[in-house]
Amino acid sequence: MEQTMAFTLNGQKQSVTTAPDRPLLEILREDLDLTGTKYGCGEAQCGACTVLVDGVPIRSCVTNIAAVAGKKLTTIEGLSTNGKLHPVQEAFLAEQAYQCGYCIPGMIVELAGLIEQRPAFSADEVLKRMNGHLCRCCGYPNIVKAIQRATAQARK
Amino acid sequence: MIMSDDALNTPLPEDVDQIIEPVEFDFGLKRRTFVQLVATGLAILSAPMPSLAQQRGGQRGGSQLRNLWERVHIGADGMVTLLCGKVEVGQGSRAEFTQAAAEELRVPASQVQVTMSDTGLTPNDGNTAGSGSTPRTVPAIRNACAAAREALLDLAAKRWSVERPAVDLREGKFIHADSRRTLTFAELAQDDEVKKLLEQTTASNPKLTAVGDWKVLGTSVARPNAGDLITGTHRYPSDIKRPGMLRGKVLRPPSYGAKLISIDLTPAKQMKDVVAVQDGDFVGVAAPTTHQAQQALAAIAKTAEWEPAPHPSSKEVYNHLRERAQGGVPKNGFTEELATASKTLRANYNTAYIQHAPMETRAAVAEWQDGQLTVWSGTQNPFGHKGELVRAFRMAEDKVRVIVPDTGGGFGGKHTGEVSVEAARLAKAAGKPVSLKWTRAEEFTWAVFRPAAVIDAEATLDGQGKLTSWFFININAGGSAVQSPYRIGKSTSRSVNSAPPLRHGSYRALASTANNFARECFMDELAAAANADPLDFRLAHLENGRLRDVLEAAAKRFNWRERVKQKSRNRAVGLACGTEKGSFVAACVEVELNYEQKKIIPRLVCEVFECGAIINPDNLRAQVEGAIIMGLGPVLTEAMRFENGRMLNASFSEYEVPRFRDVPELDIHLLNRTDLPSAGGGETPIIGVAPAIGNAVFQATGVRLRDLPLRFPETKRS
Repeated sequence: MEQTMAFTLNGQKQSVTTAPDRPLLEILREDLDLTGTKYGCGEAQCGACTVLVDGVPIRSCVTNIAAVAGKKLTTIEGLSTNGKLHPVQEAFLAEQAYQCGYCIPGMIVELAGLIEQRPAFSADEVLKRMNGHLCRCCGYPNIVKAIQRATAQARK
Repeated sequence: MIMSDDALNTPLPEDVDQIIEPVEFDFGLKRRTFVQLVATGLAILSAPMPSLAQQRGGQRGGSQLRNLWERVHIGADGMVTLLCGKVEVGQGSRAEFTQAAAEELRVPASQVQVTMSDTGLTPNDGNTAGSGSTPRTVPAIRNACAAAREALLDLAAKRWSVERPAVDLREGKFIHADSRRTLTFAELAQDDEVKKLLEQTTASNPKLTAVGDWKVLGTSVARPNAGDLITGTHRYPSDIKRPGMLRGKVLRPPSYGAKLISIDLTPAKQMKDVVAVQDGDFVGVAAPTTHQAQQALAAIAKTAEWEPAPHPSSKEVYNHLRERAQGGVPKNGFTEELATASKTLRANYNTAYIQHAPMETRAAVAEWQDGQLTVWSGTQNPFGHKGELVRAFRMAEDKVRVIVPDTGGGFGGKHTGEVSVEAARLAKAAGKPVSLKWTRAEEFTWAVFRPAAVIDAEATLDGQGKLTSWFFININAGGSAVQSPYRIGKSTSRSVNSAPPLRHGSYRALASTANNFARECFMDELAAAANADPLDFRLAHLENGRLRDVLEAAAKRFNWRERVKQKSRNRAVGLACGTEKGSFVAACVEVELNYEQKKIIPRLVCEVFECGAIINPDNLRAQVEGAIIMGLGPVLTEAMRFENGRMLNASFSEYEVPRFRDVPELDIHLLNRTDLPSAGGGETPIIGVAPAIGNAVFQATGVRLRDLPLRFPETKRS
């Protein structure tokens, strides 16, 4: 049975009427056309679908839409404001931390969330958390540089 | 066409650089009509593919153009639009092509935009494969743009009524120094004249910019659309949305080779807004959401009856392949060398089936409109995809268009067009556009695999430790880099086809990874038999040249001669080198052995790589890093496991690929040979890591590991 669920999405009020057991990832991509959040595995193993729920990074492929009713969601599309890039996005751009780029929005969202939670995180602590993200191009070295740049910036 | 036995027994050409094994669909005619046509002798069939079709795909990287306008447009705003049939899957060629055009047209890179891989707009530059974009497409672009530059200079001179040599072109401006007049590209292209001129001109060996004069080529220009990647605004194939679009799902057999006996589509057809279609073996559904499509598919899957087929297990696959070697496994004919050898070594090496597992699974959106089919698809082979669609639906060439948005990874695995054909079949049934995106489990199970390899090596040494004969057979995986680069008295190296139980596809560097693993480990075995240092033994069998240069450079950088003495059972070093597709690599590694966790842990990879004149240093470095790290997976963990026709580890939780924590220290050095033509750099850097790690494990333990992935060596406690 369909239900109507309301939440805040990238600062705006949003409601959807749909089956409550549909994954958040599918709603974002198919119903709301926010395709920056990616499908990679469907089992919370790759991190491509990461979004922030009340500021906490979660995997939207294993989160049902009903679980986020009434909460505050941020997707990659909500990170930059008025055309100004988020500092984490700036860091990825500066380090050319992308190859095919498909995994990158999920990584940026997670890193932005971690830094927001605790700006004092060291790059090593952050890296441990980022281990849940896969990059099959294996562009990890440049991504590590971007993580170091973003965390150093946040500690300033 | 039926392949004769002779054709099947012929070994693969040594330079095969792609394996393309498409699924052959035929949706063009009703089966009954088709049978009638065959009976009357009217059917014209496209050649069915043999079970293992290893063929060249597409053209070889630089289309023959009728005129320059097919390659380059100049807009009234002065922007240069480059048209290129290659695909961007993360290897960075969008930046390289931008640089090539900017260099020859004397404009900043920011004044160039590249339209890629659209069969309706771009020239056919062939399949994006085999490290071909750098050595073939970049020169094709440079040629066209240099010819365009000369034609535009002529035009500027004509506009000013001055002598052509008095006109110069610098930083996007035509300059007549004597009269201090200048013209921008925008000013020149205000009317149709530029278009007409480029339409009337062909590239005829224009003068290309010498490497020493490069201003844009040779620099680290960033990906032009990087901003779209990091903001999530780039639309990958799986992100394309069309008005009224439905989401598709396709029924897969429960096991390999299973034949569909019957199925009832009624449960799906009774669901609201669901379209269900059966066409021969093809069964699929489409619905407004993926959730609904999944439910519909599950409902009809329950009604399906299948007849299973026998299928070997991954545990017995090497024997399976060996027993089916076409024409039998060749025998070593170097009887004289074997009879007189001081030492003879024989070894068998194996490498497992693996998957590419690109982050973006196969995805396509298909739309039919007025008899015209447009498909947005994630593929390395847009023109090949178009051909598959033309054949499957028996359409005219000009009624099919394939567009490839920059795609989420390929690694050689996205040459075939089944997802496009499936999406198109569903869209045809639905009368609406359909988006089809394979799940991760489908990608692991039904996409093409890197072939498993069974390799036999046999060599003889004389009393001085020199190689006198070499016999090397690769069963099943192919002939890339099968030939030894070493100086050996008598040498036979070849590949032999088998009857593989899984669909094959290319993979970054193809069989050269398996061939180089076996060869470079076997060279270490021979060095040990000859009581020689692995470096010395190789150098003694290498002519002067590019491979020797990278090997010596890597050994020096790594301080091989000192470090090799410091080995312990917990830590040791290994090296390997190799060449493929015109580039050269040497790797020295330090490996830790953790006996408690039974883990082989690469700690340092030092790699020297050389691929001629470097076009984009940062991008090349990223490719080398990516290749090394990606290459660690099949060395340490990656292997597809299957039994009774079912994949046992079709997920990222059960098929472990390299993560952040697996990245060793990297010391990469790129040799820039500006005196040599540029070769591609995305593949060859992968072939050094596996043997170097295997050789390091031997140094530490004395145990020779001959199968990939490497299993932790069983050693007695000292």
